Amino acid sequence: MSLNPDPDTADRLLAAQAAADVKGRSLWKDARQRFMRNRAAVAGLVALVLICIFAFFGGFLAQYEPDYVDFSLIGANASQGVPSFETGHYFGTDSSGRDLYARTVQGTRISLLVGIVGAGVAVIVGTLYGAIAGYTGGRTDGAMMRSVDILMSVPYMFVLILMLVIFGRSILMLFIGIGLISWLDMSRIARGQTLTIKGKEFVEAAVATGVRPMTIILRHIVPNLLGLVIVYATLLVPQMIITESFISFLGLGIQEPNTSLGALISNGASNMQYGVIWQLAFPLFFFVITLFAFFFVGDGLRDALDPKDR
Amino acid sequence: MPPTGGRTPPRSPPARSKKPILRVDDLRVAFDIRPRGAWPWTPSNKLHAVGGISFDLAPGESLGVVGESGSGKSTLARAIVGTIPSTGGRIEFEGQDLASMSDRQRRVHRKDVQMVFQDPLAALNPRMTVGDIIAEPLVTHEPKTPRKEVRRRVAELMERVGLLPNLVNRYPHEFSGGQCQRIGIARALILKPKLLICDEPVSALDVSVQAQVVNLLKELQRDMGLAMIFIAHDLSVVKHVSDRIVVMYLGRVMEVAKSKALTTNPEHPYTQALIASVPIPDPVLERQRQRPVLGGELPSPLSPPSGCVFRTRCPKAHPDCAERPPRMVDLGDGHRVACPYHQEPSVLDAARQMAG
Amino acid sequence: MALLDIEDLRVTFTTGDGEVNAVNGVNFSIEEGETLAIVGESGSGKSQTAFAAMGLLARNGRATGQIRYDGRNLLELKQKELNRVRSEEIGMIFQDPMTSLNPYMRISEQMAEVLTLHKGLSKKAAIDEATKMLDAVKIPDAKNRITMFPHEFSGGMRQRIMIAMALLCQPRLLIADEPTTALDVTVQAQIMELMAEIRQEFGTAIILITHDLGIVADTCERTLVMYGGQIMEKGPTEQLFERPTHPYTLGLLRAVPRIDRDDETLSTIAGEPPDMSSLPKGCPFTPRCSFAHGPCPTVRPELVPADGFPALRRACHAPVAEVK
Repeated sequence: MSLNPDPDTADRLLAAQAAADVKGRSLWKDARQRFMRNRAAVAGLVALVLICIFAFFGGFLAQYEPDYVDFSLIGANASQGVPSFETGHYFGTDSSGRDLYARTVQGTRISLLVGIVGAGVAVIVGTLYGAIAGYTGGRTDGAMMRSVDILMSVPYMFVLILMLVIFGRSILMLFIGIGLISWLDMSRIARGQTLTIKGKEFVEAAVATGVRPMTIILRHIVPNLLGLVIVYATLLVPQMIITESFISFLGLGIQEPNTSLGALISNGASNMQYGVIWQLAFPLFFFVITLFAFFFVGDGLRDALDPKDR
Repeated sequence: MPPTGGRTPPRSPPARSKKPILRVDDLRVAFDIRPRGAWPWTPSNKLHAVGGISFDLAPGESLGVVGESGSGKSTLARAIVGTIPSTGGRIEFEGQDLASMSDRQRRVHRKDVQMVFQDPLAALNPRMTVGDIIAEPLVTHEPKTPRKEVRRRVAELMERVGLLPNLVNRYPHEFSGGQCQRIGIARALILKPKLLICDEPVSALDVSVQAQVVNLLKELQRDMGLAMIFIAHDLSVVKHVSDRIVVMYLGRVMEVAKSKALTTNPEHPYTQALIASVPIPDPVLERQRQRPVLGGELPSPLSPPSGCVFRTRCPKAHPDCAERPPRMVDLGDGHRVACPYHQEPSVLDAARQMAG
Repeated sequence: MALLDIEDLRVTFTTGDGEVNAVNGVNFSIEEGETLAIVGESGSGKSQTAFAAMGLLARNGRATGQIRYDGRNLLELKQKELNRVRSEEIGMIFQDPMTSLNPYMRISEQMAEVLTLHKGLSKKAAIDEATKMLDAVKIPDAKNRITMFPHEFSGGMRQRIMIAMALLCQPRLLIADEPTTALDVTVQAQIMELMAEIRQEFGTAIILITHDLGIVADTCERTLVMYGGQIMEKGPTEQLFERPTHPYTLGLLRAVPRIDRDDETLSTIAGEPPDMSSLPKGCPFTPRCSFAHGPCPTVRPELVPADGFPALRRACHAPVAEVK
């Protein structure tokens, strides 16, 4: 009697295999399903989408241009600038008699842009920098990471403020300043993770095959870093928004007639005692909702992409 | 047999007359180990993972390498593949010294020497499809291959190793361990290498699947005329795959012999102990068999014992074993043993006599 | 009365993709001082059976049925009572000792903690006792090495420490889950020898969970072969190995490469270990079985005495002996 499976059994197994669906389920797809099961995260995502729609298309609903100053309202803000549908100032007006709704749309847009640009720079520069340092190792790694250490030890808020003072306040300067600091943490995280991935056998297999180092980094290291990077980036966006708001709050950020949520909150806060609480409430509401949404999405992504689940 | 096993391969004994495809001569690999908390300028300790190993490998031959963890067998594999630099001795592949190769030659060498890894899942990039994984060596070394041709060769190879070609767009995590190892084997073979190095290819697999993969490797090796180095800690698996076996301990060769001779007439006390430690799934035999258990543990490779490295655990150790490393004793027919006292009755023999 | 008696144990995991039945109605018992092997491949449910018995299932797992230890159903005990039984009467050893040793605590503290907590010993007495136990598992120079940290020991030594810790409260039952899988053959032989000695010295009953038929042959009186969460065959080790009546047992035995034999090609079992989320309704081994016929895919076979070997029980519609 032969116990070696007869061709029939082998064939049957192959047939069963062939019947199974052919399209693969990538880890990304898996993660998406897990994310969709997380209610808080999905709610956060929905809120984010709504906020983006508000920030980019909300302007069409506005009855006034954001920089239109209604001189008749100056000084009479508390009584005539109240939020109302009749006047067309849905969110009321600010102390200069400008439509707060249009201003909030504009501010939200700028804040989101600052956050996304900051996080984007972090993702691209930080990830590549960290991956290259970690993969190359040795002296290069040492030199690259020590320079990050040095940059981190510089009090960045001080430098940022100095830059804005010296080169003048502009959105571009703000982007450059925030971009300069945002990637530092990311590069450290990416490097740490790269060291782990570098030790995996599939990287060794690629090296043994003779794949070039840069290809290994782009094909094998970076895609496996992305999960972590995305999670960190979603948590970095609100951090960038807060940084920008803080600078704007100090009066150094966005320059008029442009505005950001931070600048609006700052204005609102300083006028609080005049009975125009809506000037603080509306920007603050969008600020808080945006941050919460990003945090929820970030948390959801972390759970969905957690490699421990595999 | 796995699904590949329909056809019977034409069998031809490996031609020994040809000159060796691989010659390893007194190979040494040492790592720098920094003592914890040391200053950057304090000299680091040397860990001699491989301390002077020599062997030849004929084209189409399969060589088994056996040893416990810490014996340096994986380091040996990586030195031959070229991912770890050697610190002494020579590795000649087809007559060319690996250390003196130019970058271009090295790339060609990488094409001819491929490796199969221990952990089947970890050896596959989780973000790539199976097709891309298998095609990677081909795309790397022959980037001008048309996509259609690449796809055709991937499909052909998948079939050859017992995977359905229509699974080409799947991801590694959707496969079982055995299937992942087949993918790894397919990747290693797509460039039609001359030497295949298998580093513990089956030790992470289930028993039933382990046998499938061992059979597959054996069959592929014969059909494609591959030279193979099969590394494992399990002597019983190695024996089934290899023509010859090298037994390693703490970075040194203890014994080399044809696999039949090594498993039936082991001369070195360490080989004897290894064989005695392998359990046999037969309660009756197992009870008759005396199993002298090797005491102690592998000494630290940072401070190996003087003389013969095995002497601290050797049941036959003599005082002079500590003085100088043993010479290789040639017993004929390729059987060499690094023990001057190999002729003394071994513990195993004594046990056998006792058992009657 | 049996020391541990498991009846119709089922373990279900709730995962994102639905319910997965890891263990499907397993019955067995172990007497005082006996050794029992549970053999199976990955996904056979062998480890989950043990985890269920110890109340150590992952959070999404649920066990039903009866696990009677010393007459009490462990599944119905209160958490506090269960903890007491678990820590004082049943010891457990895992494949990777590092998972159950705290890397930041000295061995002496970890071992003494167990004794002061459960036996009310003073710290000093506890350390003395722990040292004795380390001596018993043959850790050289136990007196000095007990103050070391886990990572300062080799894999084999750590496994010895685990065994010593499991034995501290002198349990009546020791469950060893793949205790030697991560170890070298020579060290494996040492550990198995140690386990045999411990059994003689302390009279501990041992459940050895493993995929390695080789170590079962040498150490266990009875063997239980599992596949797809069900028992395929059980009985005295010697009979089971000599005359396996279940196609799976037979295949498993033949697939092991033997150092004492010269086979050209190894026997194999076709296919891959089962996917637990989609098992056939009948015998789980059906898709890989060369003898599968009529009722196999639909009717689940019962465990019945094998012909000629009343002590052996097999769950198969087509026992090998009859097919022959």
